[in-house]
Amino acid sequence: MTDLETLDSADQGAIEDEDLAAIREGSLGSDAWRELRRRPLFWICITIIAVLLAMAAFPQLFTSLDPEAQDQRNGLMFPSREHWFGTDLFGRDVYANVIYGARVSIVIAFVVTTFCAIIALIFGSLAGYYGGWIDSIISRITDVWFAIPGVLGSIVMLQMFETRNIATLSLALIVFSWTTMLRLTRSAVLAVKHADYIDSARALGATDFRIIWRHILPNALTPLLVYMAIFFGVVIAAEATLTFIGVGLQKPSISWGLIISDSRARIQTHPYLLLFPGAILSMAVFAFILLGDLLRDAFDPRQR
Amino acid sequence: MDPLLVVDDLHVEFRTDDGVVRAVNGLSYMVDRRETVAILGESGSGKSVSAQAIMGLIASPPGFITKGSVRFEGRELLTMAEDERRKVRGADIAMVFQDALSALNPVFSVGWQISEMFRKHRGASKKEAKKSAVELMELVEIPDATNRYRSFPHEFSGGMRQRVMIAMALALDPDVLIADEPTTALDVTVQAQVMQLLENVQAEFGMGLVLITHDLGVVAEQADRVVVMYAGRAMEKGTIDEIFDQPHHPYTEGLMNSIPRLDDLNERLNPIRGNPPDLLRIPSGCAFRPRCPYQQPDCAEVEPTLEFVGDSGRSTACHHWRDAFGE
Amino acid sequence: MATYIIRRLLQMIPVFIFATMLIFAMVFSLPGDPIRALAGERAQSESVRQALIEEYNLDDPLPVQYGKYAAGLLRGDFGANFRGRPVSDIIKQRLPITARLAAVAFVFEVFLGVLAGILAGVRQRGFFDSLVLVSTLTVISIPIFVLGFLAQVTFGLKLGWFPVAGIKQGWISYLLPGMVLGSVSLAYVARLTRSSLIDNLGADYVRTATAKGLTRGRVVGVHAMRNSLIPVVTYLGIDLGALLGGAIVTETVFNIPGLGGAVFDGVVRQEGTTVVGITTFIILVYMFTTLLVDILYAVLDPRIRYD
Repeated sequence: MTDLETLDSADQGAIEDEDLAAIREGSLGSDAWRELRRRPLFWICITIIAVLLAMAAFPQLFTSLDPEAQDQRNGLMFPSREHWFGTDLFGRDVYANVIYGARVSIVIAFVVTTFCAIIALIFGSLAGYYGGWIDSIISRITDVWFAIPGVLGSIVMLQMFETRNIATLSLALIVFSWTTMLRLTRSAVLAVKHADYIDSARALGATDFRIIWRHILPNALTPLLVYMAIFFGVVIAAEATLTFIGVGLQKPSISWGLIISDSRARIQTHPYLLLFPGAILSMAVFAFILLGDLLRDAFDPRQR
Repeated sequence: MDPLLVVDDLHVEFRTDDGVVRAVNGLSYMVDRRETVAILGESGSGKSVSAQAIMGLIASPPGFITKGSVRFEGRELLTMAEDERRKVRGADIAMVFQDALSALNPVFSVGWQISEMFRKHRGASKKEAKKSAVELMELVEIPDATNRYRSFPHEFSGGMRQRVMIAMALALDPDVLIADEPTTALDVTVQAQVMQLLENVQAEFGMGLVLITHDLGVVAEQADRVVVMYAGRAMEKGTIDEIFDQPHHPYTEGLMNSIPRLDDLNERLNPIRGNPPDLLRIPSGCAFRPRCPYQQPDCAEVEPTLEFVGDSGRSTACHHWRDAFGE
Repeated sequence: MATYIIRRLLQMIPVFIFATMLIFAMVFSLPGDPIRALAGERAQSESVRQALIEEYNLDDPLPVQYGKYAAGLLRGDFGANFRGRPVSDIIKQRLPITARLAAVAFVFEVFLGVLAGILAGVRQRGFFDSLVLVSTLTVISIPIFVLGFLAQVTFGLKLGWFPVAGIKQGWISYLLPGMVLGSVSLAYVARLTRSSLIDNLGADYVRTATAKGLTRGRVVGVHAMRNSLIPVVTYLGIDLGALLGGAIVTETVFNIPGLGGAVFDGVVRQEGTTVVGITTFIILVYMFTTLLVDILYAVLDPRIRYD
């Protein structure tokens, strides 16, 4: 090969660099998509999640009743045509409460998942890409947090707030659950850091930021994406649990955890008070965890 | 007397989501005691799959042996009851794998893994089994065998690990030893030592050796006969001298030409042009046709079968070997 | 091996210091009045304020406060509740109850979880495999307080198979809550065993074991399982630590006066000191079991020891 040819092909490499990355990513993505598309479970998941999101955004679409309207004379009514899920002690419609309760769950899960992912992406890729003392510091801090069980840490932290609302609850969940995502991102970045195409991008003079952003993260993102779906479901469950324990949301918020907590005294005589909200809550968690499972299967060629 | 091991018209395919991968398509060869047969081929030529089929190691599904026969001392292995087949494995036909680090169990000591052969096949006591295992480790020239008995695979060097694999395969004094790329994962100097060891143990135990490799150098030193495989078929068979001195198949010739020659430094390397075939879509007729410099129109239509060249027993699967290589 | 243990122990020290510092920081340096946070409504009483300032050295500078707090932890001093009862006393009384519950849960998850995982893993994509995958996913998705209530209503009230709540009836009282508590871990254990076994069944050394002429039972049961169980045992160890830390939700649902129940009571009664004290203890137990699990891991996997 003459020198001219070498130059020429290097130049081409620079131009095609991005296209290649896009193609590689695209083919992986489209493979996974083809795999997902033909699984009925995937469409069930997507439907449940779409309905949940619609409930959170436009609860009025699902019920014309006011979840807070009390009607003492019609308290503790079993499910009927007017009240699909029955009414609670104060005559409030349980169905309307369940519909309106979706919003806080979704909002908290979204906020917590997003923030944890941002923390993980920034510090996980810094630790994985630069290694050395940056990695040591970030990893040791992660170790400390990892030593504290998440729910307990959140309880202690929430215990210290005078008022507890969506913001404090989200904060407590973020503070004690970012570690797994960070470790995931760090090891994913470490795994692709030494791939040949990264080395060639570096040789062609790409900046660190560009290498991380264009070349490493797209390839490291898959495990994070899978975990985010599962995590979304886990946060919904954690929010309900903390609220149930009494360190989460407080009345007059409408939340699945509160509805279920209220049902406690009467589950023997009026089990529907628990059953319907419990079923919806579980279904929401189920949909996100299953979505994560399906994504992992689709992205992992070994499973096919 | 029946030959030791006869592989006859073996067909293996893998049924995957993307289609049927035809890994082995009518392979035949035989091995006798004290004889070394080399199966030579590129990766994807079906040489390892055929070995696993002989050992009964093909996971089914997705793998299926669709046709053919494998006879050991006249007994058909492919239709044998699993329990009987199991007793053949390890005891009569043993196998050495390519990458000893992954082929040895990481959580058991090497001594334990060798002595397991005596305990499970022969019902030996722990003490007897250990004694025999240490003797074997000494036989394959692992220094300080008594102490190394307790070591784990990751604590050995690559060459020593491969010696452990060989010791394990030799444990029950098998009649056939199949070595699947035994030296590929090793450094060049260590390769020679391990090959020498295989030669020594063959001389001592007198077993038939099936040597699966892509390395012509390994073949040249060790093999009595060679089976050249391509796309799951035998392209040419013959003695080592016949194959090396005067190939009678375009593929074999291509392989020989691609060896760098130390005596002629100015000569350019002549790799075979093109790529090995996609086993999902093997070309019609002769599988080597798209890469063959001698191809004729009829090569696409009729698949060549092995035909004898002369009367020495060598054979080639090429329609036009007479035109290309002469009588 | 000894150096490995010593190294892990040494690594534990900074984790201990920083983790306790973290709890301390949350309690005492978050914006707001720590006394109010610790005492809730009682903070209005001057005597309570004085007692708390005394107890937690609130007049000292923060580093000194932390030093005294950490020294207390090392002596086993986890503070006291508002009737002056040391939290360590509460722990001593309640830990055995939690331990009994944990034992039931642990036995349940180990046996059924590993068994289900093996049966699913050896026949991947078979009927039982699908059944295990779907049922474990369902169990994981149902928040434990919902599961607890359901079990209570169904098996306690309707069918009457188990006591509904409390621990008055001895061992049998622990069965239902134990199974509820263990169910989520059971699901994880089953899934982990399954995927780990499937991974290992595809490994080269399993092929070697088959080539050695060993029976299928021995290939799977000894060669593949010994490797597959490494992550499972690790998970079980960490889970045991979590179980011993008490199950706040399960103990609350079933009215079991263990450590978790004490944390819940503390939250309800706004006894911040009890909550913080017990939680700190639980975190220490958790850290300690994590350390033991690391050592166990090195025992199980010879490749780790010489890193």
